[in-house]
Amino acid sequence: MFLPIEFYGNLLQGALITIQITAMAGVLAFVCALVAGLARMSSWRPVRWTAVTYVEFFRGTSALVQLFWLFYALPLFGLSLSPMTVAVLGLGLHIGAYGAEVVRSAVLAIPRGQHEAALALNMSPALAMRRVILPQAVVAMLPPFNNLMIELLKATALVSLITITDLTFQGQLLNTATLKTAPIFMAVLVFYFLIALGITSVFRTLERRLSVGRLKGMAR
Amino acid sequence: MIWDWDYALEVLPKLLDALIVTVQAALVGFVIALVLGMLIALARRSGRLWLSVPVGALAEFIRSTPLLVQLYFLFFVLPGFGIQTSPFITGVIGLGVHYATYTAEVYRAGLDAVPRGQWEAAWALDFSPLHTFRSIILPQALPPVVPVLGNYLIAIFKDTPLLSAITVLEMMQVAKIEGSETFQYLEPLTIVGLLFLIVSLISAVLIGRLENHLGVLRRI
Amino acid sequence: MSNPSPAQVATPDLDMSRTMPSGAKPMIRFSGICKAFGSLVVLDDLDLDIAPAEKVALIGPSGSGKSTLLRVLMTLERPDKGSIEIDGAPLWHMPKNGGLVPADGRHLREMRKNVGMVFQQFNLFPHMSVLRNVTEAPVHVLGIDKDEADARARDLLDMVGLRDKVNHYPAQLSGGQQQRVAIARALAMRPRVMLFDEVTSALDPETVGEVLSVIRDLAHEHNLTMLMVTHQMGFAREFADRVCFFYQGRILEQGPPDRLFNDPQNERTQAFLRAVLES
Repeated sequence: MFLPIEFYGNLLQGALITIQITAMAGVLAFVCALVAGLARMSSWRPVRWTAVTYVEFFRGTSALVQLFWLFYALPLFGLSLSPMTVAVLGLGLHIGAYGAEVVRSAVLAIPRGQHEAALALNMSPALAMRRVILPQAVVAMLPPFNNLMIELLKATALVSLITITDLTFQGQLLNTATLKTAPIFMAVLVFYFLIALGITSVFRTLERRLSVGRLKGMAR
Repeated sequence: MIWDWDYALEVLPKLLDALIVTVQAALVGFVIALVLGMLIALARRSGRLWLSVPVGALAEFIRSTPLLVQLYFLFFVLPGFGIQTSPFITGVIGLGVHYATYTAEVYRAGLDAVPRGQWEAAWALDFSPLHTFRSIILPQALPPVVPVLGNYLIAIFKDTPLLSAITVLEMMQVAKIEGSETFQYLEPLTIVGLLFLIVSLISAVLIGRLENHLGVLRRI
Repeated sequence: MSNPSPAQVATPDLDMSRTMPSGAKPMIRFSGICKAFGSLVVLDDLDLDIAPAEKVALIGPSGSGKSTLLRVLMTLERPDKGSIEIDGAPLWHMPKNGGLVPADGRHLREMRKNVGMVFQQFNLFPHMSVLRNVTEAPVHVLGIDKDEADARARDLLDMVGLRDKVNHYPAQLSGGQQQRVAIARALAMRPRVMLFDEVTSALDPETVGEVLSVIRDLAHEHNLTMLMVTHQMGFAREFADRVCFFYQGRILEQGPPDRLFNDPQNERTQAFLRAVLES
């Protein structure tokens, strides 16, 4: 039932690609989430609408459809991206759209008193957002962002369908080469699970670091 | 112009046929997720460690690993155990099991939200546990989580393109076949994207209505 | 938005509600302030002048508009009608082409420099140490050098008796200590007017005293104009130069604390004081 040891090298190679895509798309997703999440609360209507369109579009269509569209259809507009770019761009934008809602609700959850105190200290809205609101909201964003990163990790399996040799693709290659189907895919799943555990432990550490000494009971 | 209207109109009926398959897969998968999710939630709350720990661990494992690999696993491994099913059945089982680990969390939140006093009151009235659960607890736990469950129906719907990887003739598979025959991917893939967008947005509006109707919060 | 006509502004003496030590130029002038939330009228055509360095206590039943008056002065709420002047300069309006137009963000920021506020719920920044709570705005809003801001923050925290808590976080402090930090934080911006909005209402009874004593010291030592919304009648009596009784968005009665508390003229004032003092 167990996979012979010599195959783990291939899976490990694939896992590294998976981790790489997860990390890069994760960074892009975070940036998109922050920009779109804040833009959705802008008082300037065109900015707000652009953000809403982005969020609804990427949440409304399937991640695989987005990847395929970028991969197959975009070249027809003369824009040919490498599979790796498509993967990072597609998944980053996709997860970022979900992240925008996380950012928005975390910011909205900051008590009104914090905004008022910042205003009473004559902070500009931008300064208040940067130094008072966001640092508090980030702590509240971490658990949902942890979940989103797991979703992102799972979604990276889709890149095997656009020719990237990630963990899933390596599993398939081994499957066709050896036909030891059950142990191979079980090993692939375990690899994903371990990466997911790694992501979660990173977020737990971040949470501990960011909430040290504070927030035990928010200032009433 | 790159966009070929004649071709688009030619593939549209085929894609609409495939949309029916897609919707069927999503609905059947959703029903499995609803039932299995409740069983998982009950097992985890049962208080019997031999049941709650393994079920909890397995659910965590399934939720943290990619649906695509789980589909491969089912697709290639089930026949090895002498279970011959169609790709469609394999696909909806995969969708259902994967999302059952999500609906289980939703049920859990709903059940946790019912005050302890309700159980105690039912005990005091000498109701049996089953009767208490069915007539007292569930009617209070379910309505608030209905919209959240609805969102998972949309999520399942958007994950059905993954079934194309195990040869189910849903929209994405049909679009890819059409595209590979003519080397024109733009039209079928764009139509698929739009169809997803339309169905998701309509469902989101319907769930929003349902939510207002139930007068409850979207997220638990 | 209507602006006061010059005639209106120039006739304070005839107006009972503008009772202020005579001859002084007002530090703050509210003229015809109206504010409603939906159909609920919170401030109803309210006039009030405050002299420089005057200490005024605002009392009255909840919902009578006293907190809202502080909030429109702090620019947390925009009045529906009327005007406010701080030291002769309009707050919610700014001069432009010889007339007055609604203030923009820049004008409001300029005017806000004059005013500081302490809130019922403290509203300290929970992710910053006590010291950073006090230095954050001076450094990033006023552009004061960090070392200088630190030194001044330590002096202020010394004044409110919290020198040893500079590196604590708000969650580690009692309510009374948090409120004293909030006072130091507001003072660090060197306002000319300080607003206190029910600052002891959220406190445990045993910590009310330490906060009031800080405010008492402040009233003695500083040349600050102070407005205080309070339910502590005893403190209002000893602290205030003038007490205003609010009822349904208007000031029904005002005067020196001795007169207002010992010999209230208005029926409603009498009823309110009876109810409060009995409890």
